[in-house]
Amino acid sequence: MLTLTQVTKRYPTGDRALTDIDLTLPAGQVMALIGPSGAGKSTLIRCVNRLVEPTSGSIRLGDTELTRLSGRELRRARRAMGMIFQEYALVDRLTVMENVLSGRLGQVGFWRSFLRRYPADAVIEAFRLLERVGLPQAIDKRADALSGGQRQRVGIARALLQDPQLLLVDEPTASLDPKTSRQIMRLIRELCAERELGAIINIHDVALAQQFADRIVGLRAGEIVFDGSPEALDAETLTTIYGEEEWDTQGQPADDETSSVPAPPQHLSLATGGTS
Amino acid sequence: MPVTSSPQGTPIWRLRTTRTQWLGYLAWLAGACLFLLCWKVISDNTMWVFVEDAGRQGSDLISRMLPPQWTYAHRLWKPMWDTMNIATLGTALGIAMAFPVAFLAARNTTPHPLVRSAALLIIVSSRSINSLIWAMLLVTILGPGVLAGIIAIALRSIGFVGKLLYEAIEEIHPTPVEAISATGAGRLQVMSYGVLPQVLPAFAGISVYRWDINIRESTVLGLVGAGGIGLQLNAAINSLAWNQVSVIFLMIFVTVLASEWISARVRHAIT
Repeated sequence: MLTLTQVTKRYPTGDRALTDIDLTLPAGQVMALIGPSGAGKSTLIRCVNRLVEPTSGSIRLGDTELTRLSGRELRRARRAMGMIFQEYALVDRLTVMENVLSGRLGQVGFWRSFLRRYPADAVIEAFRLLERVGLPQAIDKRADALSGGQRQRVGIARALLQDPQLLLVDEPTASLDPKTSRQIMRLIRELCAERELGAIINIHDVALAQQFADRIVGLRAGEIVFDGSPEALDAETLTTIYGEEEWDTQGQPADDETSSVPAPPQHLSLATGGTS
Repeated sequence: MPVTSSPQGTPIWRLRTTRTQWLGYLAWLAGACLFLLCWKVISDNTMWVFVEDAGRQGSDLISRMLPPQWTYAHRLWKPMWDTMNIATLGTALGIAMAFPVAFLAARNTTPHPLVRSAALLIIVSSRSINSLIWAMLLVTILGPGVLAGIIAIALRSIGFVGKLLYEAIEEIHPTPVEAISATGAGRLQVMSYGVLPQVLPAFAGISVYRWDINIRESTVLGLVGAGGIGLQLNAAINSLAWNQVSVIFLMIFVTVLASEWISARVRHAIT
């Protein structure tokens, strides 16, 4: 569904963020993108919805060549791609409902959105999504009155209100505690399954990536150095992606829910955590 | 940040090297010399005979101001009302013009660098000219009266509000703007959802602050014929009616105090 061919991004400072990335994401696949800070994970997903302009290469979503779009066409293409952010990226001074409804901005004219007169189906869908992500009681609260996990749920509802074909998820759990991180990842995973959504999830936490993704792609210094199933990720490949480290202290990767709830301390050493 | 070691081998740290330390002393010496030089120039240009009886002149002036001619106050309500109207309408007009200018001037919202330069030029030229000078120009063009005062206040306010607002716009968090753009929103929608809610408190605070400054500035606009209480002040001074001048002073003082109080309360309530 999403195909990247020879995508390269060079920043004006001369830094090469991405070099000749070739990547295909089939419909409905949840892919985790792992790699050290500065490897180009954020740049990669931002190239897809053109928040960052790729220097060269081709990115196709379905039949649309995204790299050549401009103005109105670009905005239409962006509607098909929901984005979820590390710091939630909600507008703090707006209410939860306004934040969720802003997912429909691409389909509503300026004055309607300015006067907050959204079409009835958008409002109904927003109510339904807030229910689905577990925040029916928070509709009238201001976004900055919520906790981190709740805010990320609002961010997810906003992205889904776009009715996207693809989710671009940038470090969804980096600002959250381990339990909330799992809940959020599980929610994203479930929603992708319900709607047969493809997703690219940038994530630092390798254990979470292994647990919740269908496929893992490892990025190092702007190049893909690993592409395979979560089971194929071992200490050797982690060294290829992140560099030398004592990976073997990780213990068994958590496959089953029950054993993972009180995460054993050595398990946590695998989560590199932190912000990018 | 020189680090040396003592003969015993323990490291010695000082903030500055000896050389920069002495350069610092030298700069202080040069500053002191400049201050004394300026003192001398001013002193040479002052006619000390006038200054010597300043105390007597001052107390004479105060004695002529007291007691204030309270009956004069009832003729001041109308000009005071004019003054407040000049300030309020001028501020409103200025804000209305400054708002779009600020968005064009902020680095992250401007459509084009050339537009940004033009907007910055508007802001700088508005700021560099005092409202009293704007009023003088406008009285020449429009004739004396309240209208000239309102426009003078508005023109001066564009620069102030515009500058502070565009600085506020440049300091917003970029991620909500990114998120709104990522939904496929249009340019104006990104402004109204991503940028505007973030700068609204700053905008309200700046506007009220400017209104409070404008109340003070509009009290003197009458000196050049642009309406308001300044006209009365001018007339009273020219006719040496110091007991009326003191009434005007008191009235201005109370009004400014009230406006500062309102402004402080509003700004406190927003943040």
